Amino acid sequence: MSDVYITGIEMIAFGRYPHRTPASLGAEAVLGALDDAGITVHDVQTAYCGCVFQTMVGQKIFQQIGQTGIPIANVSNACATGATAVREAWMAVRTGDYDIALAVGVEQMTGMGMLGAARQASIPIEGLMGSTSMPATFAEAGREYAAKYGTSFAQFAKVSVKNHHHATMNPKAVLRKETPLEMVMEAEMIAYPNTKLMCSINVDGAAAVVLMSEKKVRELGLMDRAIRIRASALASDPWQQRNPQMPDINSATQIAAQRAYEMAGIEAKDLDLVELHDCFATAELLHYENLQLCGAGEANDMIDSGATALGGRIPVNVSGGLLSKGHPIGATGVANLYELSLHLRGQAGERQVEGARMGLAHVVGLGTCSAVHILEKA
Amino acid sequence: MTDTPASPPLPAASYIHLDGPEPRLSFLKCKSCGTMFLEPERLACARCGSREGFDAHEPKYEGTLHSYSIVHRSFPGTAVPFISAVVDIDDGPSLKGNLRGVPFDADRIDGAMRVRIVFDDALGRRDADGNAYISHFFEPLAAD
Repeated sequence: MSDVYITGIEMIAFGRYPHRTPASLGAEAVLGALDDAGITVHDVQTAYCGCVFQTMVGQKIFQQIGQTGIPIANVSNACATGATAVREAWMAVRTGDYDIALAVGVEQMTGMGMLGAARQASIPIEGLMGSTSMPATFAEAGREYAAKYGTSFAQFAKVSVKNHHHATMNPKAVLRKETPLEMVMEAEMIAYPNTKLMCSINVDGAAAVVLMSEKKVRELGLMDRAIRIRASALASDPWQQRNPQMPDINSATQIAAQRAYEMAGIEAKDLDLVELHDCFATAELLHYENLQLCGAGEANDMIDSGATALGGRIPVNVSGGLLSKGHPIGATGVANLYELSLHLRGQAGERQVEGARMGLAHVVGLGTCSAVHILEKA
Repeated sequence: MTDTPASPPLPAASYIHLDGPEPRLSFLKCKSCGTMFLEPERLACARCGSREGFDAHEPKYEGTLHSYSIVHRSFPGTAVPFISAVVDIDDGPSLKGNLRGVPFDADRIDGAMRVRIVFDDALGRRDADGNAYISHFFEPLAAD
């Protein structure tokens, strides 16, 4: 088995591109990643494309940039789609079957609204048997944690204050403005305790990554810019009593994180930064614990003390997270690897985590799965 | 839409049964490990993988609130506010539903309150054929 390296990576600025197609957005990210690695489409031996709402986008991307006949597979895994595409590409290289693999994630979501889609039944059950909206689902997950550890509305809201602040330093984030605590708490209440400013933003976006075997990295002389994938882990929801009436966003994350730490042979304390799945502000605090960044019930202190802010003990979502960067579902799990890569290469500008050598990226796909990647400066 | 006599209401979920004097709940219970499920049919148990089959199980009509959200904005056309609640049923599975009879104020909601499970018309909702439905709801057990 070969070590696998990231040698090229790109994320387009997330935003609204109503006049473009997923293939066009994905192609832009792929070309950026190829340029970053210094290779062309002719060097790519296999590709995986993550997209939830459209089919055959991988092929459509190569129809834009060069149809070379390589194997391309399209993957869909809810909000873990992009990370799952990366993991497929990682496996293709790791086994030794391919030396250069590409993963791309893309989504066009302008106009889809932030709530998710209503389930169809003979009569609508939303508001009759509780809510299946995403803000309410994650509010309930947060309330579960709050019931155990006394987390306050304000503590959840501080996640948005922190991540939005981080995004003021990220030109590729869609929301780049400071949101003081009162502004977050007084924003329109969507599903208590999630206000509008505590919900991630549906945008269009794409991100792509070039993976190479160690042999190929050395052959092309790219080791000085390469990033080693120390772990790629995917887990699905184990049986749990309340799931799926109350989707279990914790267990799959805990399993994926444990597998990733074991694969990398490291502990959470060895990390310099984390990009985790803050689809709603309530989710971020739960994942501090799920990813072993803190002990049971310590997430409240983590957010209060600034431990997870830029400059803190373990900065979380210095990109601004999904709360500010936006959350184009298929692209999200590749985009967080882009953020880690910037920091590990020392190219993150004013939000740079100084001396970053090891980072963790995490996503959760409701339904439910979780993917965790650990990257290290080579 | 004409003078057709109103047909009797239908259950809003497959685990609600209207075959007796009062609506009742019935869940699948794994013959092997006892885990309960909401759907009417399964091939195997999600917890233990057993294919030995399931018994019908009627739980108690009380439970404990596990988590909730006060929903102020939902899918277009959905009346708000309402409280979306997850309840662990005594001797039953966990169930999602509307919690009613409590204020829309987190400071005045006991997050671990005991509730009863009641049945009522599905908020006046009708299907395309005009049928009415019966749904379950949660209410606080303690008199206020």
